[in-house]
Amino acid sequence: MKSRIGVFVCHCGHNIASSVDVLGLADALRRHPDVAFAADYKYMCSDPGQQLIRQAIADHRLDGVVVAACSPAMHETTFRRTADGAGVNPYRCECANIREQVSWVHQHDQTAATAKAGDIVRSIVERVRQDECLEPLRLALTRRCVVIGAGIAGMQAALDVAGAGYPVVLIERQSALGGRMAQLSGTYLNLEDGSDRLTRMIAAVERHANIQVLTEAEVTVCSGYVGNFQVEVRAGRPGGDEATPYTLDAGAIVVATGWDPYELSRLPEYGGGLLPDVVSTLEFERMLAPGGRLARPSDGVVPRQVVFIHCAGSRDPEHGVPYCSKTCCMVVAKQAMMFCQRVPEGQAYAFYIDLRTAGKGYEEYVRRSAEEHGVLYLRGKVSAVAAENGRLRVSGADTLSDLAVDIVADLVVLATPMVPADGAVPLGQTLHISTDADGFFNEAHPKLRPVETLTAGVYLAGTCQGPRDIPETLAQASGAAAKVLQLFSHEEMTQSPTVAAVVEDLCAACATCVGTCPYGARTLHPVRAVAVVNPALCQGCGACVVACPNKACFVRNWRPTQVLAMLDQVGWSGDRRTG
Amino acid sequence: MLTDSRLDVKAGDSLMHRLNARAEQQVELCYHCHKCTAGCPVAEEMRFGPDQVLLMIQLNQQDRLLTSRDIWLCAGCEACATRCPNEIDIARVMDALRQVALAEGVRPADTSSVKFHRLFLFLVEHLGRMNEAGLLGAHKLWTGNLLADLGSGAVMVVKGKIPLVPHVLRDRAGMQRLFSRSLHPAATESGAQEPGP
Repeated sequence: MKSRIGVFVCHCGHNIASSVDVLGLADALRRHPDVAFAADYKYMCSDPGQQLIRQAIADHRLDGVVVAACSPAMHETTFRRTADGAGVNPYRCECANIREQVSWVHQHDQTAATAKAGDIVRSIVERVRQDECLEPLRLALTRRCVVIGAGIAGMQAALDVAGAGYPVVLIERQSALGGRMAQLSGTYLNLEDGSDRLTRMIAAVERHANIQVLTEAEVTVCSGYVGNFQVEVRAGRPGGDEATPYTLDAGAIVVATGWDPYELSRLPEYGGGLLPDVVSTLEFERMLAPGGRLARPSDGVVPRQVVFIHCAGSRDPEHGVPYCSKTCCMVVAKQAMMFCQRVPEGQAYAFYIDLRTAGKGYEEYVRRSAEEHGVLYLRGKVSAVAAENGRLRVSGADTLSDLAVDIVADLVVLATPMVPADGAVPLGQTLHISTDADGFFNEAHPKLRPVETLTAGVYLAGTCQGPRDIPETLAQASGAAAKVLQLFSHEEMTQSPTVAAVVEDLCAACATCVGTCPYGARTLHPVRAVAVVNPALCQGCGACVVACPNKACFVRNWRPTQVLAMLDQVGWSGDRRTG
Repeated sequence: MLTDSRLDVKAGDSLMHRLNARAEQQVELCYHCHKCTAGCPVAEEMRFGPDQVLLMIQLNQQDRLLTSRDIWLCAGCEACATRCPNEIDIARVMDALRQVALAEGVRPADTSSVKFHRLFLFLVEHLGRMNEAGLLGAHKLWTGNLLADLGSGAVMVVKGKIPLVPHVLRDRAGMQRLFSRSLHPAATESGAQEPGP
């Protein structure tokens, strides 16, 4: 089939023109088969540049466009829209990257740079000669959100999505809402207000018309894809009589499974799990809570000397937690101040490695604990905690004074780290989202996509992604809700059509592709003996194309014949029969 | 590393509270940035340095501090106080430490410095002015260290840095009243205490 392709060579100011002979390049391309038109222009992405493309399409009846300019990551969308507006199918418009891949990296050799640019542009022309006209895929969308975990992260995400008018199913493993925050005596910076707000939040969730709460429920199976998930939920007590699995349709999933405390018994050198008067910060929260009893677990006596040990287990690869748990410095400051207020004649000591107080008002808060409440911070780690005459001998060092210190304490509080909630790794496998080495869920990009996962339609909120405190958790939960609402703002979903397809005549239904596909987009047809592609899940990676022993598989507009024709233009000399 | 310290900052009359009252400072504000020690002209002669002195106060290390040479080496130049981000006047804290050491009869680690301080104040009290030659001579006699720094001393005399004839204040009685008032503030003027310098 004969094509009429236009080639548009961009100078990009001097970016390309200073090291590539753009006029000579356009001249040479005019003689290439199926090239009906070639031109150069100073800035092809500018309005006059795009007008030049539109005019050429009309004047020369072009049916394919190659823009030799910057990376397609930069302007592919721009030029495809231009081509579409002038009547050329956008999937027959491609970018040849002669800036990042040529001019910027070969600034001192114009001859070689021009030759390489020629190779690249001709190879893209060859690709466009065989490009199909495609239409974007349209997929149905279920506008209902499943939120897993009803701590503050899950509740905030549920309230935000429900508040925008969409139904939410909030699934909680425990019997009550509130998560870990419900176990806190108060929150730092504003001690009393925190628990009050949590109560109000729980009430708002429970009475919200758009939120269906399922307690003592767990997600057991998840299939489908963005916009069209099927989530199987088992409600009722595990092992109980009323385990009733049922399936929900959902368009998006927010994971907010939170954290568990690090087990004290993993810190025997500090008496964790061995000495009753060695407690964790979460246990100390209960003693400090309104109505709680501030007393030594061993004999019920009110403690006078309390030693806090920062980084108990965390920042310590030997103890399996190499990361900083982020909130403990502030938690210790809060608890030490609460203790000093409750026991004015008492003294709080805190052994630390660094005090990490990045946050608005945080540094001032920790300073206040030292300045107003006399909490004594000692820079060094404790080596051992041992029982001594009914009290606890804490042996440590203050590295600033080079002093080995022994403190006889009534109570030792270990600031243990947050670890991922029990069951996070299997839940990740169920939802097809990955966990990191520590068991926290992986975000799609550590800086630029912090609330998404690599599985489209599954979002993260709160400490299931890594240690963080309440304001950060709420911000991320609302961010995840915004992503859900962005998805739900469409009637249906569109997706790029450049996905895999099967030549059914060649397919032997061997299922090699089913096992190879990293996105679960391949299945065998239930009746006919062929493999089928779920275009909503396919990312066009091409793994199936390589794996298929019968060459029955191809990715649209990346057909093997296209790739071989492209390689011919860049001086490749392989054996076509094995290619 | 110093060892065997049983730490209890609330034991007895805490050193920090006494010094805070005496020096009108808040030693607990120190967060150990070491800026004072970095700028201290005599820190390299000290064992602890100003920042660790503050830390030892926080840690209630009374014996170690009062017997240390550091408190006597401090020249009171106030570089530390100028630089401290928490506005602690460390030189005043050092002064308070020396006062506590003398008041409690602690045998100072550096008697030469103590003798220097005493002679300095004696001369100012009785002459109204410092007299370098008198101070040097008396200090050498008292410490028995007659031959040290003779060379540089001679150069300083030649350059006029050590005037041999003392300047004497006319109102020496007034100066002595000032001394006795600051040594016994309550006894001199009942109630109406003058503000300090």
